[in-house]
Amino acid sequence: MIPAIALALGVALGLFLEPTVPSALQPYLPIAVVAALDAVFGAVRAQLDGIFDDRVFVVSFVSNVLVAGLVVFLGDQLGVGGQLSTGVVVVLGIRIFSNAAAIRRHVFRA
Amino acid sequence: MTADRPGRVRRFGRVLLRPRLRRVDVAVAVLLGLLGFAAAVQVRSTQGSGLLASARQEDLVRILDDLTSRSTRLRQEVATLTTTQERLTSGSGQEQAAVAEARRRAQVLGVLAGTVPARGPGVLVTVSDPEHKVSADVLLDALEEMRDAGAEAVQLEGSIDPASNTAGPGQAVRVVASTSFVDDSSAGGIRVDGTLLLPPYRFVVVGDPATISAALAIPGGVTDNVGQRGGRTVVVRRDSVLVGALRALDRPRYARPAGQPSG
Repeated sequence: MIPAIALALGVALGLFLEPTVPSALQPYLPIAVVAALDAVFGAVRAQLDGIFDDRVFVVSFVSNVLVAGLVVFLGDQLGVGGQLSTGVVVVLGIRIFSNAAAIRRHVFRA
Repeated sequence: MTADRPGRVRRFGRVLLRPRLRRVDVAVAVLLGLLGFAAAVQVRSTQGSGLLASARQEDLVRILDDLTSRSTRLRQEVATLTTTQERLTSGSGQEQAAVAEARRRAQVLGVLAGTVPARGPGVLVTVSDPEHKVSADVLLDALEEMRDAGAEAVQLEGSIDPASNTAGPGQAVRVVASTSFVDDSSAGGIRVDGTLLLPPYRFVVVGDPATISAALAIPGGVTDNVGQRGGRTVVVRRDSVLVGALRALDRPRYARPAGQPSG
C-alpha cells in the first residue's frame, strides 16, 4: 500500500511541479525510467512467486537504473548512444513483457 | 506450488496493506516515488517541447546538417528563379519601351503624313478672292511661308461661309509634302490634290501662332500679294485648332524600305 501511495505521489509531484530536466540528464531519464519499470515488474512477479525480498528489490532497482544509464553513457562516448539506448529499451521491454506474462499467469491463472 | 497460489495472491495483498515501517520499506517507497516522478517528468518534457528537446546530440547534428544542405539547395533555387525573373522583367520592360517608342513614332509620322488628326495652338488664315485672281501659286507661296515659320500640320478649306465661318461640304484637304496645287480657271477655283476648292479659302495651321502670323504679314509677303490681287487675308490666332482632315496613305509602288540607314 505504501509503495503504491508513494508511486501516485511521485506522479502527482512530477505533473504539478513541472520541473525541467537538466540537459545533461535528458538522454538518460527515459532509459532510467524503463529500467526502473523493469525492476518494479520483476518485484511484483517475485512477490507473487513468494520470493520477494525488499533488499533485493532496492538493490536491483538502483543497479538497473545505474547500469542502464552507464550503458547509454558509454554508448554516447563511443558514438553509438542512439543505437545502444534503443538496444537497452528493447532488452528491458522484453523483460517487462515476460514479467508481465508471469504476473498474468498468477493473477488470471491463464 | 499450484495449490496455494490463491494464498500467495492474498498474502501479496496483505503485504501491500500491512502497515509496517522498516528502513527498507522507506527505501522502496522512495524509489517508487522517484520512478513515478521521473516518469511523469519525462512524459511532460516529451509532450511539452516536442522531439528536438529530447533528441540526442548526434541526432541534432544530423538534423542540422540536413536542414543546412536543404537550405543551401533552396537558396540556390531562389537565386536561379530571381535571375529568371529579372531577365523576364527587363525583357518585357524593353519590349514595352520599344512598343511605346514605335507608337510615338507612328503618331509623329501620322501627323506628318496626314493620316491622324492633329490639334494644337495655331492660326486660321482666311483668304478671300472676290476677283478670282488668287491663283494656285499664291496659295502655294502662302503654304511655303507658313512651313518656313514652323507650321506642323495644315489643312486647306474652300467655300468658307462668312456667316457661319465653316467650310463647305467636301471642301477640306489635308496638306502634306506631296500635295499639289493646280489652277482650275474654268471652275473658278483650285484643285488641291484633285479636290476642287472654291474661294474664299482658309488655311487651318498647327504651329507657333505668333511666328506664323508674323511671317504672313511681312512686307511684300503673302498678305501684300493677296491684297494686290484684290483679296483679303485675315489671320486669327487660336490656342487650339483642329486639323481634322485625313489623307489616305498610298502604298509606294516601287520604293521599299531598305533597312537601317548606315550612317
